[in-house]
Amino acid sequence: MKAIFSREVSSYFNSLIGYIFLTAFFAASGVLFSITSLAYGSTDMSQMYSMLFFVLLVLIPILTMRTLAEDKRQKTDQCLLTAPVSLTALVMGKFFAAFLIYALGVCMTLVYAIIISFFGVVAWLEVLGTVVGLLLVGAAFIAVGILISSLTENQVIAAVGGFACMLALYLISSIAAIIPIDWIANILTKLSFSDRYYDFTYGIFDLSNVLFFLSATVIFIFLTIRVLERRRWS
Amino acid sequence: MIEVKNLVKCYGDKRAVDNISFKANDGEILGFLGPNGAGKSTTMNILTGYLSSTSGKALINGIDILEDPIGAKKQIGYLPEFPPLYMDMTVREYLYFIYDLKGCKYPRNTHLKEICELVKITDVYDRIIKNLSKGYRQRVGLAQALVGNPNVLILDEPTVGLDPKQIIEIRTLIKKLGKNHTVILSSHILSEVQAVCDRIVVINKGKIVADDTADNLSRTLTADHKLIARIDGPREEVIKIIQTIPGVVNVLADMQREKGVWEYNIEAVEGTDIRRDLFKRLASRNWYLVGLRSSELSLEDIFLKLTIGENVSEFLNSKAEDLDESEDDE
Repeated sequence: MKAIFSREVSSYFNSLIGYIFLTAFFAASGVLFSITSLAYGSTDMSQMYSMLFFVLLVLIPILTMRTLAEDKRQKTDQCLLTAPVSLTALVMGKFFAAFLIYALGVCMTLVYAIIISFFGVVAWLEVLGTVVGLLLVGAAFIAVGILISSLTENQVIAAVGGFACMLALYLISSIAAIIPIDWIANILTKLSFSDRYYDFTYGIFDLSNVLFFLSATVIFIFLTIRVLERRRWS
Repeated sequence: MIEVKNLVKCYGDKRAVDNISFKANDGEILGFLGPNGAGKSTTMNILTGYLSSTSGKALINGIDILEDPIGAKKQIGYLPEFPPLYMDMTVREYLYFIYDLKGCKYPRNTHLKEICELVKITDVYDRIIKNLSKGYRQRVGLAQALVGNPNVLILDEPTVGLDPKQIIEIRTLIKKLGKNHTVILSSHILSEVQAVCDRIVVINKGKIVADDTADNLSRTLTADHKLIARIDGPREEVIKIIQTIPGVVNVLADMQREKGVWEYNIEAVEGTDIRRDLFKRLASRNWYLVGLRSSELSLEDIFLKLTIGENVSEFLNSKAEDLDESEDDE
C-alpha cells in the first residue's frame, strides 16, 4: 500500500492535477473567506465552511477522476493487479493519496482562523469540529469519486460521473422535501450528505454524523474493490 | 514450475481458452506459439492472476493462483503485451516504485543496477519513460518483470518492437535467464520460439494443437520438400521440365527477379529430395540455377499441418501413389 500511496502522491504533483486542485481550493476558500468574514468584519467562519461544500462538489471529481481510470487506459493496472498486493491495499493506497492532497487544501482554512485570531476571538472548538466534518465529508466524496473512476477508462467520464453522483447526494434532502410520503422522505433526509455536514458548521459535533460519513467512505471503497474483483471474472 | 490443468476462460459465449493443460518445469523455457487471438495473452493473464479462469487450475510452484494469489504472484515476473509503464515517471522512479510494490528484500540500488545492466537501460535511467523509444520501453518492461528476482518469468511477446540487434540481445538474455528460471514466452513467430525455447506449445483458437520439444517439432515442421528456386531460363519450358521430375506436386512461377531469371515455388511429396534431380535436368539444358532454398513453413502451414494433419497426409499419400505409377511407366 505504501508504494502505491507514495506513487500516487508524486503523480498528483507530476501531472499538475495536485497543483490545480490546491490552487482552486485555496482560491475558492480565500474568496469565500473574504466575502463572508473579512468584508463584514465577522469572526464567524461557518458561512465560509458551509459554502465550501459546493466547492467540493466540483473539485473532488477532478481529484479522483484519474485514480483508476488512467491505470486501466494505460494498462498499468496489469502491473498493479499482478503484483503481490491485495485489491484492498491497492484501493486504500489510491484513496489515502487523494485524501492527503484534499487534507492539505482543508488545512489552509485553519490559516484563515489564525488570521482572525489576531483581530478577535475565534471559536476554536467550533472551527476544529467543522474541519473534522469537512475532512469526513471529503473522504466520503473521494470514495465515491474513486468508485466512479473504477467504472470507466475515460477521465472525463469519471469526472462528470463523479460530479453527477455528488450532486445527487447533495440534492437528496431537497428531493426529500417534496416527496409527500413520509417514510421515504425520512429515509432520504437521513441519507443527506449536506444536512449532516451543515450540522458540523453549526457547531454540532454529532457522533452519528461522524459514523455516517465513515461508513459511507468504507462502503464506497468496498464497492470499488468489488468492481475491480468483478472485472477479473468478466 | 508452472502447471496448468484443464484451463477454460469464457467471454460470454466465446471460449477464448478451451480446456488447455501443460506444464513448464524448473529451468525450462516454454514457448507459446499461436496466431493473434489464439488465447496466448488470456492464458498468461490467468497465470499471473490478472484474470480469473472460468474453470481449471493454474499452479505456480505448486501454489494455486486463485487460492493464494499473493503467494503465487510473489513468484512471478510478468511482462504483459503492452509494458505497464507510468509515462510520467523516470525509469529510476518507476523501478523504485516496482521495487516497493513487490516488497523486495534485496539491497535496492545494487539490485536495480544489476537489472539495468542486464537489459541495457543504464543510459536512460534518469529519462522520463514517455520520451523513450519502443525498444527501450519494452526493455524497461522486462526490467520491471525481473525486479525481485522471481523464479517464474512470464513474457508476452517480449521482442515486439525491437530492432534485429536488440532482438538477438533479448533472446540471448532470455536464454541466460532460462537456466535458473522457469520462463514462458509467447510469440507468433516460429523461428523465434525455435531459437529460444526448449519446449513449444502451439495453440490455436484456444486449443493446444501441439506440445513437444523444439527439436521434435521442428523436425516435423521443416519443409525440405518445398523449395524456392531461381532459374535463368525460358519460363514455360522450365516449368514443364520441373514437372517431369518424379515427386514434384506443384510448380509455380512466382515473379521475375532479374532479367530472364524467374523465381519458382516447387512443392514435392513430403520426404523426397528433388534438389539433385533438379540440378541435373537444368544443367543438361544449359539453364542456370542461380538460387535454391527450402521455403519456411508459415504459421498458417503449421496450423494446417497440425490441425488437419490426417487430411494432409491422405492428400500426400495419393500423390505418392501417382509417383509410384509414373516411376513404373519409366
